[in-house]
Amino acid sequence: MTLSVGCTARPGKSRENRTGAWRTFKPNFKHDKCTKCGICALICPESAVHENQDGFYDADYNYCKGCGLCAEECPAEDIEMTREEK
Amino acid sequence: MTQIMEGSHAVAEAVRLSKPGVISAYPITPQTHIVERLAEMVADGLLEADYITVESEFSALSACLGASATGVRVYSATTSQGLALMFEVCFNAAGMRLPLVMTIANRALSAPLSIWNDHQDSISLRDSGWLQLYAQDCQEAHDLHYIAYRVAEDHSVLLPAMVCFDGFVLTHTYEPVDIPGQEEVDAFLPAFSPYQRLDARDPISFGMYATPDYYMEFRYEMERAMQRAKGVLKECGKEFGERFGRDYSDLVESYRLEDADTALVAMGSLCGTVKDAIDEMRGEGKKVGLLNLRVFRPFPFEDVKKALSGVSRVAILDKNVSIGSKGAVGLEMRDTLYGTGIEILDCIAGLGGRDIRKRDVRRIVGLAEAGGGDIFYGLREEVL
Repeated sequence: MTLSVGCTARPGKSRENRTGAWRTFKPNFKHDKCTKCGICALICPESAVHENQDGFYDADYNYCKGCGLCAEECPAEDIEMTREEK
Repeated sequence: MTQIMEGSHAVAEAVRLSKPGVISAYPITPQTHIVERLAEMVADGLLEADYITVESEFSALSACLGASATGVRVYSATTSQGLALMFEVCFNAAGMRLPLVMTIANRALSAPLSIWNDHQDSISLRDSGWLQLYAQDCQEAHDLHYIAYRVAEDHSVLLPAMVCFDGFVLTHTYEPVDIPGQEEVDAFLPAFSPYQRLDARDPISFGMYATPDYYMEFRYEMERAMQRAKGVLKECGKEFGERFGRDYSDLVESYRLEDADTALVAMGSLCGTVKDAIDEMRGEGKKVGLLNLRVFRPFPFEDVKKALSGVSRVAILDKNVSIGSKGAVGLEMRDTLYGTGIEILDCIAGLGGRDIRKRDVRRIVGLAEAGGGDIFYGLREEVL
């Protein structure tokens, strides 16, 4: 990357900047007691949780920062935060 | 055409002839007459600009910053507390590499409240990434605006510029000022050609964040642009001289320095007094001269060193003080002259509008010859 004059940026930089690298704890969507309520997707500040083909939910780990809000809010307690070793 | 006019109006004329598309400013003594006159010009149809009235200096410079990002030439003016309120926006405009031009009618900073002249306001923003030019008379205050626009907008520079001139001493003083015609100005200062601009059809954002991996490089690029500005200032100053007969090709002005033993160093209107004092002392056989720092940012290290290569001592008249350290000019001079063996006396003088007269200049030369240490010159010991 070369620097832009005046630190300007064009649209799409949030997509390029893979903030998943910031993560310390990783949410594991166990799909065990999950009722497919979708609160995890609604609560995710990064919109990094998406419904999959089976109607369950998964995180996009390229952008999930590991904040843990989904695990905290999951009524079925079906999301487990585990320390991620890099 | 040469006309007798107030310094503030001479600046307003330069702004009118520079054709800014947007002006935003908040009135504050002693800058008021500049923006008052510009508002009249816009109202009278003499200047086709959007004059954005705001509730504070912070908003004034923010409006200018936003307007500049859309690709229009902008103008503002302020002083003292107003400039202090612009602090954050100043750094942003420079970092976004937007070539704003702003007049500073130099005034002391509160507290205690003072509406009178010194250089503390603009000097306090010396680290902000703005070019700083200091005018010694109303004509220079007028001329330097054209040069400021040319240099700031040059694509190899792209940094904002402050044109500083002394509050009251110049803003409210009537002098003969040569006002060029619009065609002459247009030939020297063409329409603004933005390097990049906000455009809804091709969107960009200015001043995005930089992680520790990149921040330093952005600052270094600003420093490199500031160094390139020296050459651009010289070129534009030379061209200005060829077109208008007043040469600004040197970043510093040397006055009777050729064979001088003692050099005085000053900025702004004080230079006129110093020159008169030098003429008197020269008449008495004293070898003294003046170095006028017309450009303080970028600081002209090489030019200063060259101009002072023959002197044995330097006395600096610093109309500012970095409380807890020294005067800003004195610090730069010590850096520039380190290792040359030239003796340096830094005098904090003229703060808050205290007059510096010819007799003071003579006394300061005497102090420098006696080899004393840095001082606050002319303190009234009886009130301390």
